[in-house]
Amino acid sequence: MSDIADRVKKIVVEHLDVEEDKVTETASFIDDLGADSLDTVELVMAFEEEFGIEIPDDAAETIQTFGDAVKFITEAS
Amino acid sequence: MFDLTGKNALITGASGGIGGAIAKALYEAGATVGLSGTRVEPLEALAAELGERAHVLPCNLSDKEAVEALPKQAAEAMGSVDILVNNAGITRDNLFMRMSDDEWESVLNVNLTSTMKLCKGVLRGMMKARWGRIVNISSIVGATGNPGQANYAASKAGMVGMSKSLAYEVATRGITVNCVAPGFIATAMTDKLTDEQKDKINVQIPTGRMGTPEEIAAAVVYLASSEAGYTTGTTLHVNGGMAML
Repeated sequence: MSDIADRVKKIVVEHLDVEEDKVTETASFIDDLGADSLDTVELVMAFEEEFGIEIPDDAAETIQTFGDAVKFITEAS
Repeated sequence: MFDLTGKNALITGASGGIGGAIAKALYEAGATVGLSGTRVEPLEALAAELGERAHVLPCNLSDKEAVEALPKQAAEAMGSVDILVNNAGITRDNLFMRMSDDEWESVLNVNLTSTMKLCKGVLRGMMKARWGRIVNISSIVGATGNPGQANYAASKAGMVGMSKSLAYEVATRGITVNCVAPGFIATAMTDKLTDEQKDKINVQIPTGRMGTPEEIAAAVVYLASSEAGYTTGTTLHVNGGMAML
């Protein structure tokens, strides 16, 4: 697993208080990991800070799963 | 009670009568204050009167870019924004039939849209801190209406609906969003009224007098306090009983 994926996973595990093995490629933040809509906003904020990037609102809406997040951040950074 | 030591508060319209009293009351409760307004001189004078925990942050709320920059400037000056008081407001009164688009838009822009943008600008920090207080200064006319003030009343009623919606969204993060709706308050503006005009107003107010800026400020201090953590989405009417809502 890439360094980016590790760092994203760490944020997700800490923020949503879920088991690490539940955070799979296709795991949806809301449907599988128990996030509410505000949690997803906070996750995006945390990603922005961790990776020093800006994630515009329209892009943030497309980040639904752990895999989506890793893909977006890999492309952006 | 109501100790705000260690909290940083941004107040818009701090050069006015009510805004100045709010800044003073928050400062006296222990908060560091960011004084925002369009006129620099009265802000400087107020900061000098208050002391070292006061910062001057000039901003013209009809300038979109300046509005967007203000939360950042405030956080840089004070370290964070824990309390936001959207107090600034303008009026452009006219009969509805004669009201121009410009009169409508400028009032909605300054009173409502800038409030929304400032709320948005401070929320990130408040969400991370799991603590925040937003107090929006509405008006009695937002609830009752007032001839000649369709634009102003719409902006002040809009503020209430916006605050309630935001209060829902951020309640789990320790952030409260409330409004204070003043009635007739004695300020430089009402000093210009004749005694006869004042008498006409006062007979409509059960307490028989206009309110003071300090009485509005006291309501703001309460809503800004940790003690008010269970009060959110509400509007505190401070109007001497003029409208019991």
